[in-house]
Amino acid sequence: MSMNQLQNLTKGFFRENPIFVLVLGMCPTLGVTTLASNGLGMGLATTFVLVMSNLVISLVKDLIPDKVRIPAFIVIIAAFVTIVDLVMAGFAPVLHERLGIFIPLIVVNCIVLGRAEAFASRNNIFSSVIDGLGMGLGFTFALILLGSIREAIGNSSIFGYKFVHGDGILLFVLSPGAFITLGFLIAFINRVRKVT
Amino acid sequence: MAKTESTFKNMFLALFLICSIASLALAGVYLITLGPITKAQQARKEKAIREVIPDFDTLVPKTVRVAGSDQDVVLNYGYKDSVLVGVAVETFSTRGYNGLIKIMVGFLPDGTINKIAILQQKETPGLGTKMASQTFTDQFHGRTPASYRLAVKKDGGDVDAITAATISSRAFCDAVQRAWDVLQKQGGQ
Repeated sequence: MSMNQLQNLTKGFFRENPIFVLVLGMCPTLGVTTLASNGLGMGLATTFVLVMSNLVISLVKDLIPDKVRIPAFIVIIAAFVTIVDLVMAGFAPVLHERLGIFIPLIVVNCIVLGRAEAFASRNNIFSSVIDGLGMGLGFTFALILLGSIREAIGNSSIFGYKFVHGDGILLFVLSPGAFITLGFLIAFINRVRKVT
Repeated sequence: MAKTESTFKNMFLALFLICSIASLALAGVYLITLGPITKAQQARKEKAIREVIPDFDTLVPKTVRVAGSDQDVVLNYGYKDSVLVGVAVETFSTRGYNGLIKIMVGFLPDGTINKIAILQQKETPGLGTKMASQTFTDQFHGRTPASYRLAVKKDGGDVDAITAATISSRAFCDAVQRAWDVLQKQGGQ
């Protein structure tokens, strides 16, 4: 793998992290990160959709007339989201139930359409897949980080393992906790970015 | 390869092809996952039934459509050696804080509530979701709705509501009451 592709893969984690830097896809970010395991499931589902839609879109990009590219992208993305939704309902019913409406909502996640429009429709298949993988894993990383902090403070456990007996601070499980945690994380990451 | 031009014919063809292929792929995945999905739902229901009524060997389900709604209440009569050991009633409430609530209420043949299991709810995490906690559901166990008033104390009933989740508690009572009403109408078998 060339240097360029490696950068392509890692940019999603830090330099162009979809959540902390681009601030895209806030709806599932704030909604599902009450538990670390929810963040992991949501992140991997989104990664699958990102990789597959980037792959297919870079494959057919020359066949799609410019004027209808957005509806075409949406149909491709929606097809993969529905596949994830059905497969999850069949083989991981517990996770599917917890993530609920947020799985179908991956369709309208700005990250997926954003990568299709900004990257996959202009680059070759290999780079597009790497880009989707990097962005997806960066998204997953951010969701797990957010979910772990909220679960640790709000529920005194991480990935379901209790480390302190008793309840946590309820606020962090509710929506305001999501905004507060995200705000502090973004501030922290931006400070670090400035230094490096 | 040159980019396809945006003529009407090209746009029509491109979208038509993409939609057709997508529908075919989805139909395939739907057929593959149909079995596991039904099995998973069935397993969840069965587990809930086993949780709320005593050990049984035959189960006779009976579906009752509730007047003025599009939801069903399902009575699952459990028999052991042809003797009725309990009825697991799959009931619902539309009065939850955030959409439909479905619970499974287990009644013993004498009409007392044996146990209650939650099937589906989307209440506020940390508040309304506590309806699944034992401290809340335990107060129903061993009571009979004939004498136990299924309403929160604020409304003059006997039920201790969940702190900061009165609406969810009311909906829960509503669902249990519905189970009882349907069971009374259908009678034990």
